[in-house]
Order: sequence, then structure tokens, then C-alpha cells
Amino acid sequence: MSDFPTNSAVDPCDAEGFPRSNAPLPDPAATREEMLKLYPPKTRKKREKQLLVNDPVTPPEIGANTRTVPGIISQRGCTYAGCRGVVIGPIHDILHITHGPVGCGYYSWLTRRNLGRPRDDQPVNYLQYCMSTDMMEEEIIFGGEKKLAAAIREAYRIFKPKAIAVYATCPVGLIGDDIHTVCRQAKEELGINVFGFSCEGYKGVSQSAGHHIANNGVFKHMVGLLDEPDPEPFRINVLGEYNIGGDAWEIDTLLKKCGIHVTATLSGDISYEQICKCHTSDLNVVMCHRSINYMAEMMEVKFGIPWIKVNFIGAEQSAKSLRKIAKYFGDQRLLDRVEEVIAQETSALRPVLEDVKSRCKGKTAAMFVGGSRAHHYQHLFKDIGMLTVAAGYEFAHRDDYEGRRVLPTIKVDADSRNIEELDVEADPTRFSPRKSPEQIAALAEGGFSFKDYEGMMTEMRKSTLVIDDISHHEIEKLIEIYKPDIIGSGIKDKFVIEKFGVPCKQLHSYDYGGPYAAFTGAANFYLEVDRMINTKVWKLVTPSWKKDPKLRENFGVGIDSAGNKAIRDTVAGMAKAWKPRKTGPTDAEG
Amino acid sequence: MRKVAIYGKGGIGKSTTTQNTVAGLVEMGKRVMVVGCDPKADSTRLLLGGLAQRSVLDTLREEGEDVELADIRAKGFCSSLCVESGGPEPGVGCAGRGIITSINMLEQLGAYDESEQLDYVFYDVLGDVVCGGFAMPIREGKAEEIYIVVSGEMMAMYAANNICKGIQKYAQTGAVRLGGLICNSRKTDNEKELIQALAARLGTHMIHFVPRHNDVQRAEIQRKTVIEWNAACEQADEYRTLARSIEGNKKFVIPKPLSIQELENLLMEFGILGT
Repeated sequence: MSDFPTNSAVDPCDAEGFPRSNAPLPDPAATREEMLKLYPPKTRKKREKQLLVNDPVTPPEIGANTRTVPGIISQRGCTYAGCRGVVIGPIHDILHITHGPVGCGYYSWLTRRNLGRPRDDQPVNYLQYCMSTDMMEEEIIFGGEKKLAAAIREAYRIFKPKAIAVYATCPVGLIGDDIHTVCRQAKEELGINVFGFSCEGYKGVSQSAGHHIANNGVFKHMVGLLDEPDPEPFRINVLGEYNIGGDAWEIDTLLKKCGIHVTATLSGDISYEQICKCHTSDLNVVMCHRSINYMAEMMEVKFGIPWIKVNFIGAEQSAKSLRKIAKYFGDQRLLDRVEEVIAQETSALRPVLEDVKSRCKGKTAAMFVGGSRAHHYQHLFKDIGMLTVAAGYEFAHRDDYEGRRVLPTIKVDADSRNIEELDVEADPTRFSPRKSPEQIAALAEGGFSFKDYEGMMTEMRKSTLVIDDISHHEIEKLIEIYKPDIIGSGIKDKFVIEKFGVPCKQLHSYDYGGPYAAFTGAANFYLEVDRMINTKVWKLVTPSWKKDPKLRENFGVGIDSAGNKAIRDTVAGMAKAWKPRKTGPTDAEG
Repeated sequence: MRKVAIYGKGGIGKSTTTQNTVAGLVEMGKRVMVVGCDPKADSTRLLLGGLAQRSVLDTLREEGEDVELADIRAKGFCSSLCVESGGPEPGVGCAGRGIITSINMLEQLGAYDESEQLDYVFYDVLGDVVCGGFAMPIREGKAEEIYIVVSGEMMAMYAANNICKGIQKYAQTGAVRLGGLICNSRKTDNEKELIQALAARLGTHMIHFVPRHNDVQRAEIQRKTVIEWNAACEQADEYRTLARSIEGNKKFVIPKPLSIQELENLLMEFGILGT
């Protein structure tokens, strides 16, 4: 059942329901070969496993979560970025202290656009502050533990927060500062919760390792500290939603309209108290599978809260996710209310969607971002009749591509073994299964799937390109051959893409836009994409090297041109004038 | 100016040998600076007569950037110049980084300038070549001749061989060379012959065999080098000979470290493992 029925005469879809592209698509296998042929054999062997032609029925095995090939200009971040920047950074009422040289703290400050606002009863928001121990040579040599302890005390004296989190950067790991002992002592001394994360940037192959470390720390030091369930019925936690550009607020509003209560969003605009009591909720819904599946799994084992995968990116997907949550609770009034809300939201969205679709349908998109976003945003493009011709993650694992069914076959390599795996057991007093085995079985029979993620590849059209940890060379080839109408990516490649005359939407930070989640956010996204791909600006710009006839002559064909001759003469003159200098053993620098 | 570093297994007698040898050199009228590269800061105790000295790193920490050469360099026996790099307490921070910082600081303060008219600078370096920081004196040409203090004990020879690996690595790109082995006797069987054979295998020579003598211990208790404590004793002459050998040394080589098997065979040959 679709909430946005398509008229096949106006909106041509293929047999699998994917939008059709206006122009015929290039041969994916030939494109893949074109991208790979430049590489030396060893690099090629590695990239072959990360650059695949998709088959949604039986996705081929992808070489994800492996070390980046040096020199390919990866989009990846570091473990510290994944821990402090992504997963824990958005908690707005605890202090985040980066233990390390000042740059690590400074350059991870407010760059992710994870918004936060103080609550009426808790008027604090520390997200605007950047705190660092400003480690210098002296601390490297003599150890930085004393400076860290002083920083914690000083921060406490000024702000009196409920909790302080400390993040280790690379040099802290190298010199072996024991941040956990410092935190434990500060906790006793100050009487507030103080905990550390050993998230040194060099651990793991990407920021993904940092997500895992963050999950472990949040679970050990915060989850379960407050046994006070919220009074509202239908309580859920939204996991893996970081409130970039206000996404979490849109989802919150939508759920509230339906009568579904969010105990905690991990960790978009969340308060310390909410995290401490999130174990009292009745369902975990997972948005970004990669960054938070560990937490969902651990909470199920310890407290008996089941988890399901949802997606509030895209109108169809938001409707589907709402119905899934309502079905879990199985309350008729909730089911009815959800249908009412979906009807309201879709009728409000339909005029925008149809208007945008009339200009965007048949256009193509490519996305290289995140560990879920490259998948989720395909639905937004699909809503407006656009086909995603190529997609890939930066830091995802095989299960995010091929689905969780491949989990038992994933080889744990040395880089992953480096990251602690918590040994979690059912809580002796607080474990309480939210559904009986019979209820679970009944839901499963009705097609309901718990703790399942199908992965990106199963929801991508056949013969599209799937490229993990894409390199600049590959992205340039892709633009040259596929000429996509828009690319969703990050800051590191945004301007390279735009110099090719292709608009690029940053899907980490949303540039300056958003929110794009839920129905209301979807409208923003449709309008933004319409504005970006239907503006003439990219076609009006002629780069200087295409305008200047002298330069063009110099390039390849006009080898005997006057310009070229002048350059050759200059070089020849310099070569003639050059004499080898006599160098002796004492004159080594020559 | 000759730039000398003394390496060797922990506890082998590097600091004692260095200071006694330096005493021999300064007695000959040479101008020598000793840079202790051990975080314990005890490499110049005998030359200074036990004078507690502020280390480079402590001074840097207390004075900030405003450090003078006079704050960190003290005059010892016969106008020898003594510097202690210093470093963190055991178990914290990075002592290797400390050595890098402190040698750079000495350079910036002009401790090696021609106006100082140094004939020698001696680096007394902690233990084995542990990490990049401890290799600092042999990196970038800070030290150009290395002497390894060794004895007939197996572990001392293992360490000497390991240090040779470090020297070999840096010799490919720099001026550092091995000047020889100093045998600081532990009275093991066939010790002199064994070390001479080890030196030959490494491509170097045993520059001196320092016999074991209680006078060294006696002088040390008095916080003095042997030469200062009793200029007329036999052991003082041993250190004078060592000083002269270093002064006249012309044999500087890139060592050829042995494999573990070769090293064990050598020990077997000289009847240590066999008995």
C-alpha cells in the first residue's frame, strides 16, 4: 500500500518500483573497470572488493570496514571523531572535555550541527562550549593526568554539571595517561558522574571504532542509573538519531502527534537524565544502525527491551516506520491515530511533493556518506522520482550493506579486535521482557521483524554501483561517466564535485539546511533538491580554462603553439644554464 | 668537536664508565660536556661530587621559556661541563620525548656552539635503544661515535647486539658509527677473549678491557671519579688508558649485528653454555 499512489503514465517506474532515469544509464561493469584499471595490482585487488555492481536479491560480499588504501583521499574520520563528535557529543547538559592538544577539541567543536536547546526545567546547554586540557610538550613528557584532574575540577567549579565526560586523543594513548583512574578519583571527590573514553584517534580503521567505544561507555556509565519511568504510555527510545539540523525534533513532534512518547533520543539533543532512564522505555527503534546497534543489543540483553529498525527519512518510510511502531504496541486506538496522522501529513505534503516531482523525476543521484545515510536518503530521492545510480558508505560494515543475516560470516580482523566487546548479562532485578515469547511469535507471524536490518544493497536497484570508502579518482570517473544530477556527500569532496558542475548536498551537516526527517523535513529536502538541480547556475558557469583560448591551445593538441614554444624555450634555457655544483663532504646541503 | 654516546644494558656501568673516562679526558686538558639522558638524572653525580643539579626539563617546567645555559649546566671535576636531561617519574609521561626536547633546548641555548670550544660531548643514554626518543642522540647526527659498554654476561651481549641494530639503522642515513666495545669486566669465564671475538664479528674492536676493582666502588661512595679519589691507584690508570684509546681511535664502522643463533654459537664456542 502506498500513501503516494503513482500514475504509471505520468510517473514511469520499472517492474521493481524504482524510478526510471531520463537518460539511458551507462554500463556499470564497464564503469567499474574504468575506475579500477588505473590502480596498481595490490590496490586494485583491494578496491575490487569495495566496488561492486549491485544485486539486491543476493548481494555480493563487500570488503567494508577495512583499512583505507593510503593515498586515495578517503572521506573517513578518526575514532575520537566517532566517539566524541558523533555519539556522545550531542548530550547537551554534560561537560565534554577533550584531553589532548588544543586542536582536537577545537576542530571538533560545533562542526556537526547537532542542535540542542535547554529544557524549561533544566535551563542549561553546554554544546556551545569547547573544553580542552590544551596538552603541551610538558604534559607529553611528564604526563597529563594532573592537568586533566585540574581541568575537571575547574570545569566543575564554573559550571556545576551533573556529569563530565573525558575523551582521550592520540598522544594520551601513546604516553599512557590513565584517564579512567583520574575520572574515578574526580567522581569521588566531586560527587558527580565523571567517566572517560579511550577513543584515541588511531584506533580502528575509521570513526566506526569510536561509535562502538562510545556505546560501551554510555552503557556502562549512564544507562540504568535512574529507575523512574516516564508516566506516558507507548514509550520508545529513538536510537542513532543525532538531531543534525533539527531532525530529532521533527521526529519527536511526529511521534507526539501519534501519541507515542520518546523517553530518550540517543543522542540528539538529549539530557543526561533521559539517558540515565532510557532503560525504562518499552521499545528501541534504531535509525542509524551502524553507530548504535551495539547499544540496542546490550539493552535487550540486560533489560529485555526489543529493538526494531526504522527510518524516518522519506515520506513512505516515515509512514512505514510509524505503522511498525503502532503494530508493536498493538493498541487499536494507537493504530487508528497513526493512520490519521499519516493521512494528515501526506495530504499536507502531497502538493509540495507533486510540484517538485514534476521537475525532478527521472533525474539521478549518487551518495557517499555515513553508515546509514547513503541508504536512508535514497528513499527521499525515490519519493520525487529520482533514481540513485551509485551509493556507498564511508565507515559502515558488511551488515549495513548486505543485511544483518551476514553477521555470522563476518571475519573479525585485528583492527576490530582492538575494540572492547562488553560482556552483558540480564540485570538480576530489572530485566523484564517487554513482550512474551507468544506475543513475539504472533508478531513475527504477521511479518514483523525484530532486530533486523536488511542493508542498503537489498533496497537498491539491480545493476547500480555500490562503492565503499570511495576515492577521489573514483568519484571523478563516476561524474564523468554517469553525470548524476546531484551528489550527496561530505565537506572533503563537496567542492571537487561542484567544480565538475554537479551540485553537492552535504549529508553529514546538511550544509546550512535541514531538518530533513519525517514528513515536514521531507518537504524541506524536496524543495532543496529541486532548487539545487533545477537552477541554471551550474550550466552558466564556464571555468576560466575553457574560456581562455591561449590556454586551450597549450593543452595537448596545439603542441607547436606560440605559448608552448615559449615555455619550452624557457625550460631549455634553464637547463643550459644549470651546472652541477661541486660538493664536498662538509658541504652536504649543496 | 667529537660527539660520543655511550650505550649498554641497564646496570652495566655506563654512567660510572662514562664519568671515569671523562675524568681521564679532562685531566689530559680536553674540554668535555656530559649530557645525561636518563630520567633518573644521575649521570653526572661523580663529576659533580654529588651536587644535586636541576635538570633541563625541570628547569624548563619551572622557568617556562626563559631558560639560560647557566641554569642547566654545572661545572664538575677539572672544568668538565655537566648537564642532566631529566624526565618524568617512572610510569608516567614520555621520557623519550623528554630527551628530544632537552637536546633541542641545549642546541638552542648554544651549548654546542663553536664559542664553547668543546673537544667532546658525551651522551650517557639509558638502557637499551627503547624507542625513538632514546635513539635521539644517534639520530640526526647528535652523536657520531658510539661506544657500547658490555661484559661477558649473556644478556649484556644480547643488549650490545640490539644496540648495534639501532646504530645500523641510523648509519644508513647519517654519520653515526660504532667506535668500539668497552668491556666492563664481571669476571666471567674467558671474558676478554669472548668480547674480542664478539667485537670482531660485529666488525669493530674491543677498545679497552676495564678490570673489576673495588676502588671504583670506593670512589663512588665518596661521590668521586676514581682519578679524583686517588689519582695514583691502578684503576685510575685503566681509565686514563681508555681515555687515550678513545682520543686516538680511528676505527669507526657500521656494525654488522649477529643473529640470535650466531650469538649463541659464540657463547658456546667460548665454553659458557657448554659448561
